[in-house]
Amino acid sequence: MADIFLSLTLLAYYSASALFIAYFLAQREAFCRVGAGVLAAGLACHTAALIVATWSLGRLPVATLGESLLVFSWTLVLAFLLLFWRFPIRVLGALATPLAALMVSGALILPGGKAAVSPLLSSTWVMVHVGLSFMGIAALTLAGLGGLFYLAQERQIKKKKFGFFYRRLPSLEQLDALNYWCLTIGFPLLTGGMIIGSLYAQYTLGRFFSFDPKEVLTLIAWMIYAVLLHERLTVGWRGRRAALLALCGFGVLLITFVGAGLWFGGYHSFTSFSGKP
Amino acid sequence: MNLLLAGVNHQTAGVALREKLCALLPEAEVSYPLLLAYPEIREVLFYTTCNRVEVLCVTDAATEARARLSTFFASHPEVTAADLAESLYLHHDQDAVRHLFRVAASLDALVVGEPQILGQVKEAYRQATRHKATGPILNRLLHKTFSVAKRVRTETGIGDHAVSVSYAAVALGKKIFGDLKAKNVLLLGAGEMAELALEHLQTQGVGRIVIANRTLERGLRLAERFGGKAVSLEELQSQLLGADILLSSTGSASYLLTRQQVKAAMRRRRQRPLFMIDIGVPRDLDPGINDLDNVYLYNIDDLKEVVAENRERRKEAAVQAERLVAAESLKFMDWLQTLSVYPTIISLREKAQAICQAEIKKTLSHLGDLTPEQVHALEVMTESITSKLLHDPIVFLKRNHHRKRGEAELALVRRLFNLDPGQPEEPAEKGKE
Repeated sequence: MADIFLSLTLLAYYSASALFIAYFLAQREAFCRVGAGVLAAGLACHTAALIVATWSLGRLPVATLGESLLVFSWTLVLAFLLLFWRFPIRVLGALATPLAALMVSGALILPGGKAAVSPLLSSTWVMVHVGLSFMGIAALTLAGLGGLFYLAQERQIKKKKFGFFYRRLPSLEQLDALNYWCLTIGFPLLTGGMIIGSLYAQYTLGRFFSFDPKEVLTLIAWMIYAVLLHERLTVGWRGRRAALLALCGFGVLLITFVGAGLWFGGYHSFTSFSGKP
Repeated sequence: MNLLLAGVNHQTAGVALREKLCALLPEAEVSYPLLLAYPEIREVLFYTTCNRVEVLCVTDAATEARARLSTFFASHPEVTAADLAESLYLHHDQDAVRHLFRVAASLDALVVGEPQILGQVKEAYRQATRHKATGPILNRLLHKTFSVAKRVRTETGIGDHAVSVSYAAVALGKKIFGDLKAKNVLLLGAGEMAELALEHLQTQGVGRIVIANRTLERGLRLAERFGGKAVSLEELQSQLLGADILLSSTGSASYLLTRQQVKAAMRRRRQRPLFMIDIGVPRDLDPGINDLDNVYLYNIDDLKEVVAENRERRKEAAVQAERLVAAESLKFMDWLQTLSVYPTIISLREKAQAICQAEIKKTLSHLGDLTPEQVHALEVMTESITSKLLHDPIVFLKRNHHRKRGEAELALVRRLFNLDPGQPEEPAEKGKE
């Protein structure tokens, strides 16, 4: 059942990616509109697949890298569609949608962990911890992708050489506003997710912070975003610096998510969830 | 049936004659009744844009219509026939279609790719329809024209690049700010170039305008004209804090603003982006300013380079557009040609019907009393014989109608079936008789 939904999701995400990339290249409104519709349909299938999976597992499917990719891509698409609805930066779809499509593909390719899962994971607190963190990271991912666009556009205007991107990308002010909004929404969500996680750790493991690689790296990313937000609000940092920092933060989060999960070990790593040492 | 287009434009006529024609040719209210009164003209469209005055008509008698259009252009005593002889151009059929497409797609314009022209043609067409001057052919042609113009715009991107310095500045501003509404402008110096740029900025709905000039009097005058505020150049530092766009054209011997000054100002502005345009020669602003974050400095050479690049791009786009226009005008002529076979098909059918009826009448008078069913059967039989006989010629006319051979084929068919009995026969055939 979940497999059918997932295949449909994948199909929809790849079609939407093609449409958004076509929109980016040809700048035709229709591509973008249809793309958003296809993406929304994909999100509906994705939601159904996640509900079925959660129901049959009795917990949120975040025990393996594949499973978490599936959940994270869902939050990313949701965040993008919410942004799409409120914010006129549509070309972002050309980056965010393929990213989500790749994540879902990854989820399907990576081996699923059917082994016994630590009972710690089935708590509602873990759901909230993961949910908030993922929502935050999704928003910050969009900020990072927007940062890429900002840097491309700013470079052309500064160097006075107008190439491929100049005509296709929105104005600097819009891209910077995207950075600001994603940061102000994503940062509190991530913070909330981290606080709940550490409270739950104190309650179950007896310590707030265990110097687990994932925790350390997330804390570094969090600090990058904290500095950025602070400087934005106090001295008005914006533009290139804000874009660069958002991109750095995104990079650290990416390493945290994929790297720490697979290679570094620790109780947050995906291998530890499936009962293996 | 022919299409005929006559007119003058910026290439054939000097500005004096164009102005005269624009001013002296009667208004649409008078022109259309005048043009439609000519019996040779079936449909007509009359339009003027900044650089042209043109009349397009559908006619069955091209030579007479040509003379009529010339008279129309010379209808005012101040326009002499000699003026027109040199500058009036005439395009027929496919050339006329192509010309209209090129005008509407702004390929025939002084500045290729400027978008206003399509609007002017649309407005002219609206006027023509109000006067019921257009018919099936011009209606179809104009709708095709609008779609071709739109395709040229979207597919070649011909209008995407600004080709004047002030437009380029506005376009850049939009890429920085998204929208120039409510952005504050600070003008240094009150030169002519600055005024021009300021005019462009004002059409974009910018916010506050502040003019800082060495002589306050001239600054005040300009400020009054643009609804802004005049300050002295000494206040530059403090005025810089509130501005989003700075336009400088004093040509002062030394830099009015150095990198350090702008850097300090940016900190106080909390890094709000600043777009600086330096059109002064020698430069007013330290070029090092462009290295600062969130400050974008363009001098006159940068802008000119942008414009030159854009001109090149438009030229490339124009080549692509010409190809599109040529293909579309050919397609339209094909349609027009198929239209021209219909009268022949109709007369073929009419002739066949007339023969059938005459023959039935003759036969019935010989046969004496017949039941209505028998009469009906006879009628059906003759009709089906003729329609089967005519089927192939009609299909031939419709399908094989060829652009070049078309006229000759049509004439042959008409002669073969003797559809124009009044026409004199060709001499060779006469000899045989």
